[in-house]
Amino acid sequence: MTAPGLVLSGSARVDGAPLFGPVDFAAPAGRWTCLLGPSGVGKSTVLRLFAGLAGPVTLDGHAGASDGAPLAGRVALMAQQDLLLPWLDVLGNVLLGARLRGRRGDRAAARDILERVGLSAHAHKRPAALSGGQRQRAALARTLLEDRPVVLLDEPFSALDARTRAQMQDLSAALLARRTVLHVTHDPAEAARLGHHICLMAGDGIRPVPLSAEPPPRAFDAAATLSLQGALHRRLMQAA
Amino acid sequence: MRRLGTIAGPVLLALALWQAVVVLTGVPSFLLPAPARVAVTLWTSRALLAEHALTTAAEVLIGLFLGAALGFCAAVLMAASPPARAVLRPMLVFSQAVPVFALAPLLTLWLGYGLWSKVAMALLIIFFPVTSAFFDALMRTPPGWTGLAQVMGASPARLMWHVRIPAALPGFASGLRLAAVYAPIGAIIGEWVGASNGLGYLMLLANGRAKIDLMFAALIVLAVFALLLHAAVDAACNRALRGRT
Repeated sequence: MTAPGLVLSGSARVDGAPLFGPVDFAAPAGRWTCLLGPSGVGKSTVLRLFAGLAGPVTLDGHAGASDGAPLAGRVALMAQQDLLLPWLDVLGNVLLGARLRGRRGDRAAARDILERVGLSAHAHKRPAALSGGQRQRAALARTLLEDRPVVLLDEPFSALDARTRAQMQDLSAALLARRTVLHVTHDPAEAARLGHHICLMAGDGIRPVPLSAEPPPRAFDAAATLSLQGALHRRLMQAA
Repeated sequence: MRRLGTIAGPVLLALALWQAVVVLTGVPSFLLPAPARVAVTLWTSRALLAEHALTTAAEVLIGLFLGAALGFCAAVLMAASPPARAVLRPMLVFSQAVPVFALAPLLTLWLGYGLWSKVAMALLIIFFPVTSAFFDALMRTPPGWTGLAQVMGASPARLMWHVRIPAALPGFASGLRLAAVYAPIGAIIGEWVGASNGLGYLMLLANGRAKIDLMFAALIVLAVFALLLHAAVDAACNRALRGRT
């Protein structure tokens, strides 16, 4: 499995009203790229364009893989809502992708991933019986099990407490190594920990932030991580 | 038990009012029999009532089952295929525009005086609420779920089977609850038009012979049956959808 990079150029609009752009953005192959920006600038739309779920959005330009082949079938998406199916238990939800493709699904792998996100004891509960953080971890487990070269994450850790968030970030960084990850977030601390590359999205476009720090995942309490977090926060304040 | 209490109060009040009207106005019993007299008839004619109630119950249950199954299939077909939608939707509306009463003599002519003309009536009357409620729910699958399934590589058939149908089952349940109320109406209409058995037939027969107490007794049996059917369908739907929210 060779992960392609992602490229996006052009501008997007909804019903004729401009949404963002023009932008020129690239997420390098096999790397973790964080797309950081305030709410409402169109970060989620960027993800949806790569996922092939443009909906009412029209893109004047191009969004796709750097190798030129279609992205369909090579992408896993974790949306902002957990999108767990209420009539399936957690195990059934984690195995949903295989079931939708008409395969049996690897139950051992699913149980292993549930163990790693700390939901083993909840495998046979329905989503309604879980807390918000547990639901988000179930959605993360479903995304990680999809085993796709390109992984699109939309605020995947937003509902987690600080401790669980750090654990899930480390787990995701380990399991998604060498895949192309595009991670949308509004949290500078998260971007500072996880990004090989960090791009700042504002109303006037998407700009890369120069990084000199060590490769991710960076320790959440290291001086370099905290200083990067501060610098990103500063840029966010100035961009707004 | 508490539910029984909330039902018993109004029922007793209605019975008391009924008895009071009969006593105070002195209305003859061939127009309005007293509740006590109806109760006696209920008991003395229990074998007769049970026999006819069994026939009506069979018509209603078979009609309900077939109508629900047919409505399920029609709704899925319409949701899956735009050409099927274009053909079936006007037919569905038309089936409601024609009063079922007007069709009853035809159905009796075609299907005979037995069970199947009543089953067909019950089926016709519940097909629309079931199909309509389920179809509407099938067309309102949350877009987040369909998007996720699309990214996961689901075919339209698997999207339908694994996501759209289970997501729309609460809509199917609403249709079914309505159907449980309508199905007895269909069967009774069928029996009025032409039958040799069933509670509707018994009511007409009793009416013709001025046995109004028997007619009331049949009416009460029918009402109790319809209430029980609705309660059973409601409980089954709630049970099937339990744990979702």
